[in-house]
Amino acid sequence: MNTPPTSRPAEESFAVRKATRPAWDVLSERALEILIYLCGISAIVFVLGIFFFVFKEALPILGNSHFSLTQFLFSDQWYPTSELNKRYGVFAMIAGTFSVTALAMLIAVPFGLGAAIYISEFCGGRTKETLKVVIELLAAIPSVVWGFIGLTVMSRLIVNYTGAPVGVNILNGGIILALMSVPIIVSIGEDALKAVPDSYREAGLALGATRWQLVRRVLLPAAKTGLLAAVLLGVGRGVGETMAVLMATGHAVHIPHGIFDSVRTLTANIAAELGEAPANSDHYRVLFLTGVLLFALTFIVNLAADLVVRGIRRR
Amino acid sequence: MMFAITPHVRRKQRHETIAKWVFFGMAASMIVPLVLIIGYLVERAWPSLSLGFLIDVPARGMKEGGVWPALVGTIYLVVLSLAVSAPVGVLAAVYLNEYARDNWFNRIINLAVINLAGVPSIVHALFGLGAFVYAARFGYSIISASLTLAIMTLPVIIASTREALASVPRTFREACWNVGATRWQTIKAVVLPNSISGILTGIILQVSRAAGETAPIMFTGAVFFKAVQKGDFFPYRLHEQCMALSMHLYTLSTQVPGVKESVPFATAVLLLGAVILVNATAIILRGYLRARKKW
Repeated sequence: MNTPPTSRPAEESFAVRKATRPAWDVLSERALEILIYLCGISAIVFVLGIFFFVFKEALPILGNSHFSLTQFLFSDQWYPTSELNKRYGVFAMIAGTFSVTALAMLIAVPFGLGAAIYISEFCGGRTKETLKVVIELLAAIPSVVWGFIGLTVMSRLIVNYTGAPVGVNILNGGIILALMSVPIIVSIGEDALKAVPDSYREAGLALGATRWQLVRRVLLPAAKTGLLAAVLLGVGRGVGETMAVLMATGHAVHIPHGIFDSVRTLTANIAAELGEAPANSDHYRVLFLTGVLLFALTFIVNLAADLVVRGIRRR
Repeated sequence: MMFAITPHVRRKQRHETIAKWVFFGMAASMIVPLVLIIGYLVERAWPSLSLGFLIDVPARGMKEGGVWPALVGTIYLVVLSLAVSAPVGVLAAVYLNEYARDNWFNRIINLAVINLAGVPSIVHALFGLGAFVYAARFGYSIISASLTLAIMTLPVIIASTREALASVPRTFREACWNVGATRWQTIKAVVLPNSISGILTGIILQVSRAAGETAPIMFTGAVFFKAVQKGDFFPYRLHEQCMALSMHLYTLSTQVPGVKESVPFATAVLLLGAVILVNATAIILRGYLRARKKW
């Protein structure tokens, strides 16, 4: 075996080799890492940017003497284009958003959680994979297609089976929104159930519990925070959904008295009127203020969901 | 007999069966009606569904004819928006997963990503109008609309890419660091090649999302109607407005009276079919690559 020439100690040759990376290589790597950092902080920039630009367009209205914030939030009178008596109250739209979302959650939460339990605990192998793929495909259906389904299919069904005078109403919007939120509730709910350690299930089964007893006594209590997060994200989706509710809930600005009343939601109101409001008019600024309100609402809901999820992870 | 079936056990088993069928019913009742509805849409759309529908331009005030300008417009918007959001999103995910330590600043970034994903699409539209159309002076244009869509798809690309990066075992990175590679060399040589399939799947899924969104482009660059020559492959300039499939469906079903009945149905089926096709491709690709994974 040949031994290398030993004119200098081994450590020294190692040290010399280490410094042979070309300078441009090191520099370009540094530049790239700065770019990666900039992309990394882009999310903060965009969230602040969204708040800044939406708020900036809305801000001048707050200083306007004809406008009062209490009237904006608590009055149900919305006459943005009236000549003599302009009123900017969005309470009817808040009520609309609330009623459609509440009805949607009333349908979507039990069905979504039930489907999540079925997928997670009662079926296995191929059925499970198929159902998960179908749920994923459901989540991909564009909201404008849901709106179209509400407008054409669902409204006709509602008129035929309930005898309601118009088919586009809270019930229609609620059902459509429920179908849209179910995929989110199922996938997050299933994640929450999956996060319960298998040892819990094994302990239950070893005691002779059936699957149902296991679900009721062990899994639901153990996964309840995760399931709560699933529901909250469903609510977030319901509040923020635009096109589907724009097309499926009708266009009446008034406080609803039953599920066959047509309503307008906060999102649909912006979508319906932004095109007609001249830039920088009071009407335009009030619509942006509605956007700030929506941004704040969904921010709170998502923050709550995130805190709940974080709580689980820490445990 | 030690394990006799007592009434108690029988009741337990009966409850088990009931529960199983109830949960099955809940899962099925979310899926079956939808399959029926889609079948109904296809049936109503049938008279208009043909190759001609794809490549014709709208005729007689959009009451008849095809969807070519809207189809091309959607392709413009999707390609441009992903050309922006995919690189930014992937690099952001690389930062969050490979560089970021667990400190307050990076927790705020995570929070921002989550909240960006939860911003309603109509608020994105307001932002696009305020920031791109007016403040940046891009006007109502394809650029404004695609940038708005890009910001909307960004958080989901970040999330899916992060998941793909996180699935590469830490030992792979450690092996690479141990032979003297820097962080970036490790990412380039080990992390990205091993997660590229997951990253691509996440991006493909956003193609369908960008194609289906209506609200963000409605006030930033999509327009009800634009005259386009039949068979023109590049009908739009970037600073002009364009038509889009999703917007076209909204317009046909709510704004234009007297449309030939099967036309909006065919548009809906086309949009739905395109989205499901793209997603199914991504899902199949993911399944294939997952099966090939060796760890």
